[in-house]
Amino acid sequence: MTVVDDAVQQCRDLLDLLPAEALARAQERHPRVAGFAVFPVYAPVEIIHAAGLMPLGLFGVGNKLEITNADSRFQSFICSIAKSTLELFLRNEMKGFTGAVFSSICDVARNLASVAGRNAPGMYLEYLHLPQSSPTEACREFTRSEFRRFRDNLGARTGRPITDDAVARSLGLYNRVRALTRQLYQERRHRPGVLSAAELFTVAQACTRLMPEDAIPLLEDLAASLPMRKPVSRDCVRVVIEGSFCEQPPIELIEAIEAAGCHVVDDDLVVGWRLFRHDVPAGPDPVAALADAYVADSCYTSVRFNAAQPRTTGLLRRAKDAGADAVVFAAAKFCEPALLDYVLFRKALDEQGVPHLKIEFEEKMWTFDRLRTEVETFTESMLFE
Amino acid sequence: MTTGTKAPPVSATVSAPAKPSASAARDYRGVVHDLSKTVMTDWMNQLQAAVHDGTPTAYLMISGNCVEILRCFDILPVFPEINALQLAIRKKALPYILKAEEIGYASDNCAYVKADMGYTLSGGVGEEGTMPKPRLIVCNFVGCNVYIKWFEQCAAMMDVPLTMIDIPFVRENQPSPDDVRYVMAQLRTLIEDCEKLTGRKFDIDRLREILAYSARAEEGWALAKSLCRARPSPFDCYFDSINMMGPINALRGTKAAADFFDGAVAHYQKMVDEGVGALDEEKFRIVVEGPPPYPYYRNFRNLFEKWKAVAVQSTYSTVGGTWEFGFRHDPERPLESIAEQMLMHNLCNRTMTERYAQIRAYVERWHADALVIHSVKSCRLFSAGQGDMREYFTKELGVPTLMVESDLEDPRYYAEAQMKNRIDAFFESLEYKRIREGAPQPAGSQP
Repeated sequence: MTVVDDAVQQCRDLLDLLPAEALARAQERHPRVAGFAVFPVYAPVEIIHAAGLMPLGLFGVGNKLEITNADSRFQSFICSIAKSTLELFLRNEMKGFTGAVFSSICDVARNLASVAGRNAPGMYLEYLHLPQSSPTEACREFTRSEFRRFRDNLGARTGRPITDDAVARSLGLYNRVRALTRQLYQERRHRPGVLSAAELFTVAQACTRLMPEDAIPLLEDLAASLPMRKPVSRDCVRVVIEGSFCEQPPIELIEAIEAAGCHVVDDDLVVGWRLFRHDVPAGPDPVAALADAYVADSCYTSVRFNAAQPRTTGLLRRAKDAGADAVVFAAAKFCEPALLDYVLFRKALDEQGVPHLKIEFEEKMWTFDRLRTEVETFTESMLFE
Repeated sequence: MTTGTKAPPVSATVSAPAKPSASAARDYRGVVHDLSKTVMTDWMNQLQAAVHDGTPTAYLMISGNCVEILRCFDILPVFPEINALQLAIRKKALPYILKAEEIGYASDNCAYVKADMGYTLSGGVGEEGTMPKPRLIVCNFVGCNVYIKWFEQCAAMMDVPLTMIDIPFVRENQPSPDDVRYVMAQLRTLIEDCEKLTGRKFDIDRLREILAYSARAEEGWALAKSLCRARPSPFDCYFDSINMMGPINALRGTKAAADFFDGAVAHYQKMVDEGVGALDEEKFRIVVEGPPPYPYYRNFRNLFEKWKAVAVQSTYSTVGGTWEFGFRHDPERPLESIAEQMLMHNLCNRTMTERYAQIRAYVERWHADALVIHSVKSCRLFSAGQGDMREYFTKELGVPTLMVESDLEDPRYYAEAQMKNRIDAFFESLEYKRIREGAPQPAGSQP
């Protein structure tokens, strides 16, 4: 097994665990560290880490847990991630976690935070209002205030005030994680096939289940090994995947897209954990620096309005920068932000003559043949045009 | 996360009961409905005139809106939600929903958005249509994230400038001073945008006058709703609230809206004084959660009336403002009070558990027998998690609760037979429970 294969396998193993099991795995290296769950899309994980906690991505549970209770709380037309997340709380499967943070990404996430909180007495559930406005001074001030509120609440909860020095240290670590992830994305873009989309997705998502101190060496090893890896050469369509910013598709879906003839050259998978375009300089006030980066240096997502950075422009630029031939719009079933954005994305792509295909997924989907046929038809129509 | 709601400060003056009269019960709908129709028709006529006469118009959403600022500049407010509602209630929504789906909207997207966008795509907005093209789109993002997408898409489709007002969700017991500052800064930006649009300077004294009318209407709203604590309730606080929701949400800040509430309260007070109720006989008092199925409004209402069930309170009626819990716009603190209302004093910008507290207050203080949850697919703000709400009310509070599903706009989701079966079974069980417990049948007694 190569270094890359080995690292990817480690990551796959980690993703097979429930959140509490992943936390227990981390505790083998970081004894007694408590977890703090981060519901997508974004939260300032540096503040959580600076509190001495382990930020852990809460991306639902896929097929790892039967939904037996949450179905009675959330209706059939609610997305999978909301139900499986609530199931974890209802079944007391969040042992070892001090709390969780949710944010203003959609109506379902907001109600989920409230319902989960009611059903998990004793846990600290925070709800962040991340701004939906242009990057004005008022927006910047508000965001700083919001991040400070989170810092203060979390410090009060753990009984240990969170210092600027601690946040600066954590920021340094997460800067490194993000920089290495960007490097892997660049490598894949420039040498398609050197790291499959399924592999990169696995690694990126697994990093949300690792302390940054442990993610860094794993990513460094991967980055160092990639130049030695031979890209798999195939006739493929270069595509960008858009629409998977919150609930994550099953890895098999990404594999099916690739098997159907796509080289994925960019995507918005796990985007909240690699949101910033550049390293965030800690400066004298690292919490303010993080807030400012959120306001002015984060990449576009479907859960944020920013008049200065329209999402349609963002997608077109993403596709152009990646040299993509097409866009595969992969949205979670019932995901209102993704499905509503599709209307404007589709219009913008049509106007620019960029081919696109829309597919929908759910956490618990287990057959991918129909979907693979759909993507194959799409790619063949381009390859043999 | 916060919990708790303030206690309603007002109570109805109720007099000794008299036997309800069928003609009076039917008549009450006529009087207040006609009052509402008069003021709303006047506004609609202004909208139609604005299609051609160049009156500046702006789009705005209902929840926790800041219509007073637009009014201060004589900008005519246009509410796409009301447009969608009217399409649904007139049974005209489906073709527009399908039209929107043709350009990429999913079957799972909010049908309010789809109906309105389909209507716009079909030429309903602008010179050839019935609605004026807005000169400005003001997105008051108060709780509902779909608002953002909806208005962004309107702005893109019609090439109209968009002003976003980002209202922080209530995360603590009260909005923080920073929350209020953030909203006020955005309101000042809106004022600048309105100045640019109209070429007029902002007049704070004019805004104070407008807010005084708002406060008067809000007082009337609260009084009318408090009268539903009487037994029998003078109006159905779910189905008939629509008569008051137009004036309070769309026309707030006008003398016409304030006068409307004076008239409505006087009429309802008279009904209470005479012991006249919304129904010939009031057998069950219910609280209703969730928006109604507008495409089948009358049918849905009939399913409850058949059981002599009257809604004494409803959450849907408070999307614009929870006036019955005491908040009033304050002419002495114009922008601050507008910001506070948007932040705190409406249903949409508050947590699910705060909604539970609101419903609990309704059940206890309006003396309801049961809770009915109408879960709509379109509006996840309302519906996501209503199963947990049912759990809380039935298991923790022992309040009989019925949950039924359909949609507020898309007629394809309304199944009459299934709905009827569930509602009948629920009230049959309530009736049986009463008989078994030997409870006296409710008459026109004061609570």
